[in-house]
Amino acid sequence: MAGKSRISRDEVARIAALARITLGDDELTHLAGQIDGILDAVAVVQEAAGTDVPAMSHPLEISNVTRPDLIRPSLTPEEALSGAPASEESRFRVPQILGEEA
Amino acid sequence: MALSYDDVVARYEPSLGLEVHVELNTETKMFCGCATVFGAPPNTQTCPVCLGMPGALPMVNEKAIESTIRIGLALNCAITPKSRFARKNYFYPDMPKNFQISQYDEPICTNGYLDVEVETDEGAKTFRIEIERVHMEEDTGKSLHVGGATGRIHGAEYSLLDYNRAGIPLVEIVTKVVSSTGKYAPEVAKAYVKELRDILRSLGVSDVKMEQGSLRCDANVSLAPIGSGKLGTRSETKNVNSLRSVERAVRGEMIRHAGLLDKGERVVQETRHFQEDTGATRSGRSKEQAEDYRYFPEPDLTPVAPDATWIEKLRSELPEKPSVRRARLQALWQVPDKEMAAMVNAGAVDLVEETVALGADPTKARGWWLGEISRLANEAEVELSSVSISPKEVARIVELIGAGELTDKLARQVVAAVIAGEGDPDSVIAAKGIKVVSDESSLIAAIEKAIADQPETAEKVRNGHLPAAGALIGAVMKETKGQADAARVRELLLGQLGQA
Amino acid sequence: MSELVRKSAAELGTLIAQGELSSREVTQAHLDQIAQTDSAIHAFLHVDVQGALAQADHADKSRGESNSPLHGVPLALKDVLAQKGVPTTCGSKILEGWRPPYDSTVVAKLKDSGIVILGKTNMDEFAMGSSTENSAYGPTRNPWDTNRIPGGSGGGSAAALAAMQAPLAIGTDTGGSIRQPAAVTGTVGVKPTYGGVSRYGLVAFSSSLDQAGPCARNVLDTALLHQVIAGYDPKDATSINAPVPDVVAAAKRADVRGMKIGVVKELSGDGYEKGVADRFAESLAILESQGAEIIEVSCPNFKFALGAYYLIAPSEASSNLARFDAMRYGLRVGDDGARSAEEVMSLTREAGFGPEVKRRIILGTYALSAGYYEAFYGSAQKVRTLITRDFAAAYEKVDVLVSPTTPTVAFKIGEKSDDPVAMYLSDVATIPVNLAGVASMSLPAGLSEGLPVGFQIIAPAMRDDRLYQVGGALERELHAKWNGPLTNQIPDLQVR
Repeated sequence: MAGKSRISRDEVARIAALARITLGDDELTHLAGQIDGILDAVAVVQEAAGTDVPAMSHPLEISNVTRPDLIRPSLTPEEALSGAPASEESRFRVPQILGEEA
Repeated sequence: MALSYDDVVARYEPSLGLEVHVELNTETKMFCGCATVFGAPPNTQTCPVCLGMPGALPMVNEKAIESTIRIGLALNCAITPKSRFARKNYFYPDMPKNFQISQYDEPICTNGYLDVEVETDEGAKTFRIEIERVHMEEDTGKSLHVGGATGRIHGAEYSLLDYNRAGIPLVEIVTKVVSSTGKYAPEVAKAYVKELRDILRSLGVSDVKMEQGSLRCDANVSLAPIGSGKLGTRSETKNVNSLRSVERAVRGEMIRHAGLLDKGERVVQETRHFQEDTGATRSGRSKEQAEDYRYFPEPDLTPVAPDATWIEKLRSELPEKPSVRRARLQALWQVPDKEMAAMVNAGAVDLVEETVALGADPTKARGWWLGEISRLANEAEVELSSVSISPKEVARIVELIGAGELTDKLARQVVAAVIAGEGDPDSVIAAKGIKVVSDESSLIAAIEKAIADQPETAEKVRNGHLPAAGALIGAVMKETKGQADAARVRELLLGQLGQA
Repeated sequence: MSELVRKSAAELGTLIAQGELSSREVTQAHLDQIAQTDSAIHAFLHVDVQGALAQADHADKSRGESNSPLHGVPLALKDVLAQKGVPTTCGSKILEGWRPPYDSTVVAKLKDSGIVILGKTNMDEFAMGSSTENSAYGPTRNPWDTNRIPGGSGGGSAAALAAMQAPLAIGTDTGGSIRQPAAVTGTVGVKPTYGGVSRYGLVAFSSSLDQAGPCARNVLDTALLHQVIAGYDPKDATSINAPVPDVVAAAKRADVRGMKIGVVKELSGDGYEKGVADRFAESLAILESQGAEIIEVSCPNFKFALGAYYLIAPSEASSNLARFDAMRYGLRVGDDGARSAEEVMSLTREAGFGPEVKRRIILGTYALSAGYYEAFYGSAQKVRTLITRDFAAAYEKVDVLVSPTTPTVAFKIGEKSDDPVAMYLSDVATIPVNLAGVASMSLPAGLSEGLPVGFQIIAPAMRDDRLYQVGGALERELHAKWNGPLTNQIPDLQVR
């Protein structure tokens, strides 16, 4: 794979935006090179398994772990808001939200 | 110039896709033990789990699973032997973890259907709506936009977040593409949501209050030229918060799409918001790039593998289907088709049934709910079920009329007073001093006065022309301010005039 | 230095129970040791002096009512576990100042057993790293040589044990974050079976791999702590609802006669330093002399483990760390009244996360994104199946598997900090364990050029007791040879 990159700088920028991280130009260039190197190293997994191998998403094979529909004490609003960068009227205060109307 | 709807459906074939979100009425949230009371003070029903605090873990509410399976069974779905939760990743401040726990490629129920009936030019016709999937997820918090004139998101200076709603169990019911409805698409959409709502109500799994958001509908609409055999580009309309709006939104989008297509323009695949006041839709902020939700199996939760015996038990305990029940009640009450349809449309079936169960005559009970009470509901612009008079109160009023203690006219006063919150029928009657005049001497006095005032009419009755008695009875009723029992007045009058 | 701080947790627990020592004296001695040594080591991000002394006083009052063998004994807690009212940062700027309004289940269990929590230990940011250099608050130094790394991500907890700042510590292990620091600091660390210890309140890095576990300077202390924190938790859907294996009895029994011990062929050879290989071979000889049968076992798919891990862990992390968005808690950057929530989120995440965390979030976001999922995340999940099958096949033949914990001894601070792929190789022997969810221990096997070497034991899921049985036997012989725990040989500690 030498010489041919697996991921372009633009693609890294797109992914960073999807992950809500604002990267500076230098950081983006540096990171794009590193990500490319890591992808090169991890791409070995693509050769490991054929289509007949089932995917495993979890080490445990248990099912149906649930709880009864019983009310447990909530936090007080003061506790809930204790770490908030800003709050007002028992609500979390956040900058103006763009995007869709909820 | 706006196209006429008839012109649109003469040339285009609509296709629909309906996504309904239902908030379950469980005591606690989907993944934590916080209460779910509607309207509680902000952030009083939150904990580390539903606030998405670092380290907190979800735990599935078993009642929510049971309710979802019951919904799936009622919609004739297959129950997936082993379904899984998945994370839907996207950033939004009302979503505490910036991912929603939902289900993706392994939903709990699949492949069902729901038959709905719509009145067409050729009479009532059944449309089968196929259900693609029913899955579980969690609701988001609510934001309040501060600053700016309208309280809306645009122009707001900042927002305030309340996470009481975050994590309330949601069930999403998604149809397959609904085609072959032709011009009835808006009616079919409305009938589907209504029938679904009735089923959910009969299951007792949700409050199904569209105005409070416990049942929400997104309508996907596309148009293609008739006979093209293709699907057009769809728009998805959100914020459709009443049955009437479902119908209006679909119709409005069909007209809007046709306008674009006629001009040779492209329909943009986008999310639009229904405007209750104008009936039109408004474009949501278009995304610069398509959403990429990066679904993957939720590693904090185990699969849901419902036991077959349990599923069969739930199936055997399903309530009677609303459509079956309607047919049964119609036969039992001997109601003509048209009136049964009117009762269904008004949402009066449950109310009439309860009233009848309390001893009222079916015809009388129906008459009150569809007549005076519906009229008052319309005036107040609320649904019939939201009017504050109970079947028990209606049954009592019917009983009082039957016993001759109220006339129809007096009963209408009582109904109005009960709805106005003045108390139950008996206390309203006591407080207002409402009573049928049964003192016969004053009645006879009124009758004699009427005969004296209208001697010619009286003479006609004496001569055997009985229809003329109506004018005299009317005069007596007027004299007694409607408090007399009209039947007794007639009896006494005819006696006086030698016709008894 | 007070001689108290060299004592084992078991010994301190006994002396406290007998009234020979108070928890306050013991706690104060360790707080003093932290005060004297931590400017050089930087094992702690937060020392909770008042809280620890209050817990110690409470432990002294309630001594009669407790039958916990660790009642009143102090402990160092990795800063990735929520403790109510005490700063919890995960080594990140983005959580600076956050005080959780709740206790993790591990902390609740520690408190219930009368254990005194001294404070929160340093770590690679969000447990991403193998050196503790990725802490936003500066690196921790290895007490054996302060120019070297103490391992990671739980370098703080391991260094605190080695520097006699605490006799017990809690770590978390996603790909080796308990075992690799234990190996390079000459301490003992156990990654329990996945689901053996509740993850409730453990700030998630990779949910399907993360596991909290006990750390100490000897096998018995580790077992005693294991017993305290393990067990079913109704708040964690992935916690195993079954009795905890009797790890304390196994540590005491420490008998390997008749056991079959498998040496993993793939975890040796190229890349493993000679000193590491020699100490490993000597340990094997000891176990053989004690009556174990040594068998070579091949796990052919282990060579794919590193690749699978560096896809699965970042993928889950990209989702788990999405919640750090400046809205509800933690850092908020750039909120000038004009910027939108979206802009403030992105600026905060840029400023609040360090380079390794950003690297992994972006890698994971990419691996899950449309068009790449099957090739990356999907393939990695299949490798996970293959590795689990390798373990299952091996356990048909042997009772436990063994290997060196790490290919090398502690490297120098700064040596690999800008070469992520080289850094990732530190975990080549520990990662397969997390992918399969089995149990594993690292314990000291001796020194190579004055630096500790770790010996790794891997047991089947829910057979954590075998770790202690084998580890206890090996340790008995080694301690006899060293005249006590290896950490007693740390050169500088005597003078400090």
